[in-house]
Amino acid sequence: MSVMSAGHVTSPSILSTPAGSLSRQFDVERVRADFPILQQKVRGKPLVYLDNAATSQKPQSVIDAITHFYSGENANIHRGVHYLSERATVAYDEVRDKVAGFINARSSREVVFTKGTTEGINLVAQSYARTHLKPGDDILISVMEHHSNIVPWQLICEQTGANLRAAPITDDGELDLDAFEQMLSGRTKLVALVHVSNALGTINPIKQLIALAHARGVPVLVDGAQAAPHLTIDVQDLDCDFYVFSGHKVFGPTGVGVLYGRESLLQAMPPYQGGGDMIATVTIQRSTWAPLPAKFEAGTPMIAQVIGLGAAIDYVREVGLEQIASWEQRLLSHATERVLELGGVRLIGTARAKASVLGFVLDGIHPHDIGTILDDQGIAIRAGHHCAQPVMERFQVPATARASFAFYNTIDEADALVAGLLTVKKMFG
Amino acid sequence: MATLSGLYQDMILDHNRAPENYRQMADANRRADGSNPLCGDRLTVWLKIEDDTIKDVTFQGAGCAISKASASLMTAAVKGRTKAEAEALFERFRRLVTGDLPAAEAGTLGKLAVFSGLSEFPVRVKCASLSWHALKAALNEPDAVVSTE
Repeated sequence: MSVMSAGHVTSPSILSTPAGSLSRQFDVERVRADFPILQQKVRGKPLVYLDNAATSQKPQSVIDAITHFYSGENANIHRGVHYLSERATVAYDEVRDKVAGFINARSSREVVFTKGTTEGINLVAQSYARTHLKPGDDILISVMEHHSNIVPWQLICEQTGANLRAAPITDDGELDLDAFEQMLSGRTKLVALVHVSNALGTINPIKQLIALAHARGVPVLVDGAQAAPHLTIDVQDLDCDFYVFSGHKVFGPTGVGVLYGRESLLQAMPPYQGGGDMIATVTIQRSTWAPLPAKFEAGTPMIAQVIGLGAAIDYVREVGLEQIASWEQRLLSHATERVLELGGVRLIGTARAKASVLGFVLDGIHPHDIGTILDDQGIAIRAGHHCAQPVMERFQVPATARASFAFYNTIDEADALVAGLLTVKKMFG
Repeated sequence: MATLSGLYQDMILDHNRAPENYRQMADANRRADGSNPLCGDRLTVWLKIEDDTIKDVTFQGAGCAISKASASLMTAAVKGRTKAEAEALFERFRRLVTGDLPAAEAGTLGKLAVFSGLSEFPVRVKCASLSWHALKAALNEPDAVVSTE
């Protein structure tokens, strides 16, 4: 099946070039043409969208898939015997197979659709951690976690009497591996770590960290919200126990995410929510649960969003994650070099292995002022604490400015960011 | 029409660079902390109230140019005023930055009128309001913590 739906206006895109992704030249202008939102002007200037770590833009094929579903296939799933319901059910279940392939899960039964990364973590917190943890047990995270990989565990600690511990990070924003290993103790019952930091860009050596935890018999949840758009994810190779990510950061719609769980763990976990579709039988006295993964998908799911996510995965695979990663690294190194040339810049996040996230502060200029002044030039960045207040505290800054690149960004856009920052500096001179 | 120069006027940049009354107050009898959790701005306002009048007011904190300049101009504007006068001024300031104050009335705000361009930048209104919310909290309840979210 082609990812280019009927009615798409840009026929000769990168997607239609022959296979052999590593050898072919990456043509950023061709991919950009697949994203209608990028064609607009903002405040009279061409939009320069550098807030991809917050959410990514959607290719026409994703937009078309959702429109097509609502125009021709919409029905509830797993219920009706009628034609449309059957079609919608097949389309929904096909995406589950597609996701299983995307992350190399052993089986589609290990793929649970959620409304996003946050819900995936909360599901594991409530259904796994809450039933496994006792007073005095530890949950080990790191200082570089997003709030969504901190707060659910705090709630569990309150409910179970367990303690939350956070491994420190270095001045470069890398996880302190020695400290992490030392903090893994006989009390540690669960490790939850971010794969790629949203505030720092750090790519954690997650496979190695999982191996360290497993050597002590501790299961690991990986927050892959920022990894999924940039890295190839192979849950079997990583040997993780849980892996969560969001659709909207991988060029799919909001309102849908994925929880991968090792089948034996998911089997043993109680349901997260009760309702329709997650049961086998119901009497007034008691109910029995549907097999995986339906046990964790109570109620009518986000059908259209799942269909959109399927189209997004098709798109990403067509462009190729190797192509994406190498182009983004080029953007990141160019932007980093040019921004540093401005002077008076402190980078926040200088790990050796980084995704295309450029966090920084300018001497004497608050990130919010940077954000507003750049916005006036059509440049969208994020300014704030990035839902990672412990990271801000670690680097002793109230907030940072963050430019985050996707594969559809150009070198010219990185230069526009630099020109914009020069204006900021002049204004505050 | 939203213009950047209407927002970042020289007076705002100057007060950001060298804010007035930017210090702790040892003999304060009221204080309040203000924070904006979404952006991480934080500040503390100290007051010395005597006979229902603001004898002295100072602030310290970390925030953007808009919030810092606004806090600086706020301290200058309310010093020597009664509690009721300060609260009435806040109400007029709030209407100014949200675009609800008729242009003719803007003149009554003195230097605070420099924030008239802010109504074109709705997401930044909370920056300018933070110190005022903290002031109001300090006037009404000692040792208060307020949030603009």
